Amino acid sequence: MADSMVDSIFPLAMEGVSVARNGQRIIENMNLRLNGDARTVILGANGAGKSVTMRVLHGLIKPTAGRVTWAGQDERPTSQAMVFQKPVMLRTSALRNVAYGLKLAGVTQAERLTRARAALARVGLAHLEKRAARVLSGGEQQRLALARAWALEPRVLFLDEPTASLDPSAAREIENIIAEIAAAGAKIVMTTHSLGQAQRLADEIVFLHLGRVVEQTPAAEFFGQPRSPEAAAFIKGELPWV
Amino acid sequence: MNALAESFATALALIVGFDDRLLSVILLSLQVSLGAVICASLIGFPIGALVAVGDFPGRRLATVTLNALIGLPAVVVGLLVYLMLSRSGPFGSLGLLFTPTAMVIAQTVLIAPLVAALARQVIEDAWREYHEQLVSLGASRSRASLTLMWDTRFSLATVVLVGFGRAVAEVGTVMIVGGNIAGVTRTMTTTIALETSKGDLPLAMALGIVLVAVVFLMNGLAYLMREWSMRHYG
Repeated sequence: MADSMVDSIFPLAMEGVSVARNGQRIIENMNLRLNGDARTVILGANGAGKSVTMRVLHGLIKPTAGRVTWAGQDERPTSQAMVFQKPVMLRTSALRNVAYGLKLAGVTQAERLTRARAALARVGLAHLEKRAARVLSGGEQQRLALARAWALEPRVLFLDEPTASLDPSAAREIENIIAEIAAAGAKIVMTTHSLGQAQRLADEIVFLHLGRVVEQTPAAEFFGQPRSPEAAAFIKGELPWV
Repeated sequence: MNALAESFATALALIVGFDDRLLSVILLSLQVSLGAVICASLIGFPIGALVAVGDFPGRRLATVTLNALIGLPAVVVGLLVYLMLSRSGPFGSLGLLFTPTAMVIAQTVLIAPLVAALARQVIEDAWREYHEQLVSLGASRSRASLTLMWDTRFSLATVVLVGFGRAVAEVGTVMIVGGNIAGVTRTMTTTIALETSKGDLPLAMALGIVLVAVVFLMNGLAYLMREWSMRHYG
């Protein structure tokens, strides 16, 4: 799907990355290589370092040691966006929240509203464009966060447990939108607590355990036969009936 | 008790009759405090935003200093501004002492720390919530502080009202730098102090009633605005 895209920013790689906070190691000597087309889902137990790994990849956290490279370069490309577990909306209309992201991306004023409206329509929020963003429901706000990210037409979209605080039907809507964003050509890197969601969305699984990458496996293979005993135990713990 | 009731009745008559002396004092009070709170906001908001969002050594010290300056005694501020503006002071040649301008300056110095400290708290709380999202979208720190000031506009408006309330109710600075000159620099608070000591209780009481009403109004407005903004913007 990404063959026709300019893939000059991939692979996205972590080389010997460690992150410590208050003397405590959160991720340690992590090596990871992500290509530009597979939808990558990062799995692991609480405290495995999933969120921190995402933030290091996206550039929100500077590693204590090691480096993150894009196509071998240190420079961080701007064509990326992130959606957080809890959507953060400004005290203005839904439309203006999307337009704000475009403004920071340097999109001209004339183009902003058109692109923002198109993005709202794609996530099914066109009818709510004038509503204040923060009074929308949790599911609507998360769709709005996806619209804000999608409007930027990022080459990579990071999602940190985007459905963790949503009910199942709202979560499914979010999943559908993520699949559409991926189909439109964005590389997806996401974390989730839901193995079902991982199965539905992932092309490959990166499994973390205690701040290390234990395995990076195609999704079909991972759920059938994980390579590492840690992942096997994790799947068994999450899906004891399998 | 009878004298008190009589004074109260006279006071109400003054208010209801829009007594000229009363009105001019009220008007000057409101003008001075409004001028001061505008100046204090122009100074205090950027400082508050800088300390909230900035990444510089001494940030904590700046926070503590701002909070400590809230407690600055009004008479001390009055004295300092008096020394600055008096004939032998560095700004003596401007001839500002005992003018409403001097009162605005003194009240600005008095409430700017309050406005800055409250603004810092408001903006820092918002920054904590928005930090990752704004950085993710590529906002610089200066862009982020502008965004945060806009986003917290209702809370900041409340800060303005609190600052105005403090200014209009204080007596120390305006008494010292204004000189309490009849018809020129006499505010509600200084008039109350003077008239009470002179024994003209009705005027003092009338002003007291108006002053309390103004303070109530400010707090009521702040409350209503908060309600309204929460309902409409979350």
